[in-house]
Amino acid sequence: MPAAAFSFTDEQRQFRDVARRFLGDVSPPTAVREWMESTSGFDPAVWDRLAKELGFCAIHVPEAYGGQGFSFVELGIALEEMGRALLCAPYFSSAVLATGAIQHGGSEAEKAALLPDLTAGTRRATLAFTEPSGGWDVEQVALTATPVDGGYRLDGEKRFVLDGCTADCIIAVARAPGSRGADGLSLCTLPGDAKGLERRPLRSLDPTRKLAHLTFRGARAEPLGEPEGAAAPLKRALAEAAAALANEMVGGAQRMLDSAVDYAKLRMQFGRQIGSFQAIKHKCADMLLEVELAKSAAYRAAAAVAEDDPDAPALASLAKAAASEAYLGAAAACIQIHGGIGFTWENDTHLWFKRAKASEALLGDAAYHRELMMRHMQ
Amino acid sequence: MTEPNEAGVRAEARAWLAEHWDAERSLAAWRGMLADSGWGMPHWPEQWHGRGLSVALSQAVDEEFAQFGAVGVAKMGIRLLAGATLLEYGDDFHKERFLRRILTGEDTWCQLFSEPGSGSDLAGATTRADLDGDNWVVNGQKVWTTSAHHADYGLLLARTDWDAPKHQGLTYFVLNMRQPGVEVRQLRQMNGHASFNEVFMTDAKIERPYRVGAVGQGWRIAMTTLAHERRGADGLRGSVRERRGEGRIYAEEAAETATLMEPYKWYPQRAGRVDLVLPRARETGRIADPAVRQAVARLLVLARSAEWTARRARADQELGRPQGPEGSLGKLAASHVARAAAHAHTLIAGADAMLAGDDGPLDGLIAEILVSVPATSIAGGTDEIQRNIIAERVLGLPREPRMDSGPFRDVPRNVGG
Repeated sequence: MPAAAFSFTDEQRQFRDVARRFLGDVSPPTAVREWMESTSGFDPAVWDRLAKELGFCAIHVPEAYGGQGFSFVELGIALEEMGRALLCAPYFSSAVLATGAIQHGGSEAEKAALLPDLTAGTRRATLAFTEPSGGWDVEQVALTATPVDGGYRLDGEKRFVLDGCTADCIIAVARAPGSRGADGLSLCTLPGDAKGLERRPLRSLDPTRKLAHLTFRGARAEPLGEPEGAAAPLKRALAEAAAALANEMVGGAQRMLDSAVDYAKLRMQFGRQIGSFQAIKHKCADMLLEVELAKSAAYRAAAAVAEDDPDAPALASLAKAAASEAYLGAAAACIQIHGGIGFTWENDTHLWFKRAKASEALLGDAAYHRELMMRHMQ
Repeated sequence: MTEPNEAGVRAEARAWLAEHWDAERSLAAWRGMLADSGWGMPHWPEQWHGRGLSVALSQAVDEEFAQFGAVGVAKMGIRLLAGATLLEYGDDFHKERFLRRILTGEDTWCQLFSEPGSGSDLAGATTRADLDGDNWVVNGQKVWTTSAHHADYGLLLARTDWDAPKHQGLTYFVLNMRQPGVEVRQLRQMNGHASFNEVFMTDAKIERPYRVGAVGQGWRIAMTTLAHERRGADGLRGSVRERRGEGRIYAEEAAETATLMEPYKWYPQRAGRVDLVLPRARETGRIADPAVRQAVARLLVLARSAEWTARRARADQELGRPQGPEGSLGKLAASHVARAAAHAHTLIAGADAMLAGDDGPLDGLIAEILVSVPATSIAGGTDEIQRNIIAERVLGLPREPRMDSGPFRDVPRNVGG
């Protein structure tokens, strides 16, 4: 593999700088606190700038669909910086999950119809996939799609739907009545305010990422992609989403490391900076190791997706497993190094800690992804 | 004269090899030709057995040698650390006396730095060298000395001034190991191998010209030696070149390799033998066990991430970018990988993990892994020292207050050390 695969180009580094500056401006902890307390969970003005000024919703989408035609590597960079800044925005739901489901599951005509609005940021979509069972395997979908004059009638529930209450468009995964396992799964779309769809916000442990419970009672949905052929494209979209999430998570993990090290240099106890004690030093060194290893895995996974590497799903799971432990570990260590102040609401560490905790579970925890990885390797 | 280009250097190397290579020559004679022509160490200065080429061009020459199937100069063991250190700090007498015989393999070297009383704290050495007429007289003990049992010379760090602060009272010497005042004892390790030695020096003699650098400059020179060691110049980490053909010179090289590498044949095991984990899990059927799968997966996540981290560091280095934090993590990462591998091997082996030797899995290889892995976290700088280095040099955390300043004579140290 050429050396370039393990380093970012100068253009990518500039892209990161731009993203970091912008996100540093629009998403300081004060803004995070403001928007995490809101019902919608995001600032529409920032979303507009994100989409229009920076084109962030279009990064990895081909130009034919209104995208910028960059690769998944650039998407990873943007996500890493968003994770670092703990941006409150329906980005992961719309630009990663929903966009990925349409890209891999939709027909040419459907992609041309749906993607331009999403890449422009004028509409937001989400993927309604998980259900009250909490399982991340596509086989566990129970929502039924009964064919009815060219579309479906949906009955059942979806849970843990990211930004489900604010999305303009819901992309639901449902199965043909009586079907089982990976068979009979279809993708379909319906407006967020569709008749027969009830949306209820869930109280989330991580208030910076909004979750919803959706109840479908005969809601009408339009088909997306091949009927009853959604299992494979969905698996691919979810694997790529895991790679994307890993990149977001390592950004947050690095922030926790930086914060811990900064504090260890400031805080005085026993007449010394606490960072001069080996107990603190070694903890910081271990954090750095974990974070750098997780970054390497996240970057490798993003590159594999960009290259259409057949190992991409295994590498995505590897990266999600590494990032889950590194991020939570770094957030927990950051609280510990801050001591009592780190446990207060006023200190910002808990904001990232909660994102780390929720991201650990989102799309499946480390043990689940280790198992997925092993299945790919056998 | 114009700057040599790579294609030209490669062509020149090939032409020289075509003209001079003879597989029936003796190893020593051939290496003598390499030392005299400069083709053995092309990045050394022309005056001293090199051709003054850049390291990159020197690597190109190495590639030509490998493709041709030609044997190179002696590189195994401590010899190249000695060569590099003497090139930098030695005088003409040292270079004249030692460099050629280092390259031909006629002399073998060892490194006399660590002591029973100073391991991580290398500068706390208490082996003393006192000037008596024209000789330095050395008394003390060194330990962890690889190859001391067949070494001709040792790179010695000894204290010459007890009133100076710790790091300023040390001097660097070349010690003739073949003398009555030097006694070498093998040190048996917990894995049963004996790769290291203890070296006892009792009124051992060093003639004045064998001092390297100035009196009191020893610490700085030793740091140079260790920097070369970290860069992998000790030749232990590189794989041994495959034999390329038949002939006297190959047979002699193979015999030399067998002798020199014998003490290190467990080194792959101390790194955990990650390569064996998945095949073993499949062969034993233990891969069906969810706990085993998790342990194997944890190891693979760690091992692959560590490998990619090293490649990130290398890629940036090749692009000429400043080294990021990822460049300092390799050794600590390797310790984690080794321990995770040992854990996975244990789970895979099940009850067989209790057995060693002929009765153990893979004829005792798995047992050897389990009892060798602890060395990874100690040798070449303990995990704790690595963490200190990472915290202080990469993360910029403050140093610990020192307890060892002032005259070394007054610094608290190990009893009897």
